[in-house]
Amino acid sequence: MRYLTPRKRAEGKGAGHAGTEHHWSMTVSAVGLAFLVPLWLYIFGKALGAPRDVVLDTFARPLPAILTALVLVVGMRHFAMGATTMIEDYARGTTRKMLIIFVISLSWVIAATGLFALARMAL
Amino acid sequence: MADAKRAAPVAGSAGRPLSPHLQIYRWQVPMLTSILTRITGHALVAGVVLAVWWLLAAATSDSYFAVADAVATSWFGDLVFTGSLWAVWYHYLAGLRHLYYDSGHGMDIPTAEKLGWACIIGSVVLTVITILLVQ
Repeated sequence: MRYLTPRKRAEGKGAGHAGTEHHWSMTVSAVGLAFLVPLWLYIFGKALGAPRDVVLDTFARPLPAILTALVLVVGMRHFAMGATTMIEDYARGTTRKMLIIFVISLSWVIAATGLFALARMAL
Repeated sequence: MADAKRAAPVAGSAGRPLSPHLQIYRWQVPMLTSILTRITGHALVAGVVLAVWWLLAAATSDSYFAVADAVATSWFGDLVFTGSLWAVWYHYLAGLRHLYYDSGHGMDIPTAEKLGWACIIGSVVLTVITILLVQ
């Protein structure tokens, strides 16, 4: 016996059955990245090609270290969710599940590796 | 039977038209710029992997940094980072356009076409400016 009426189960969920959470999360991370990315591109671009001691000095400073950490965590979450949407568009069944698990895992591995490198340089 | 085929020349197994049918769809700026948003967003992972590897090497040792830095500053590294720079600016502008669309604006065809061109031209301009600033 279903205790919820069909309307109650459907309301606010939309065709994706998950409501607008995914869309809203992408919106929030997009706005965050819009503020973070331009300055990060400048800092990273300046460091790229420099000798190792200059690179170490750069990422030991609070602003480059915190900014890079934020770009990595927010950016890789944004990537994982965007890639999940793409996979949902093109793949089905077990392939879809395996690909989604793969991109989410890859995103965390990249973020964790970057954070480890930052911790080693900054601390 | 012949009439039905003529009425629906593009039909799937269920007899309904397949959509979107890229092979017969005329290319337009809003369509191209929408597809490029997805392509650039996903391709960016290559630049991020190279950048994070380079950071890990810098954090590890002189000898490891020498290897990663040689790759990151080689023609291959230049190709990946320059491509990623354009991709990130393109995705950036296209993302702002999405936020604008989400607010219920810019959906009429002339405005959508202009916004598409703004993403294409703006991303190239911002890429050149960034390269000039950081070199």
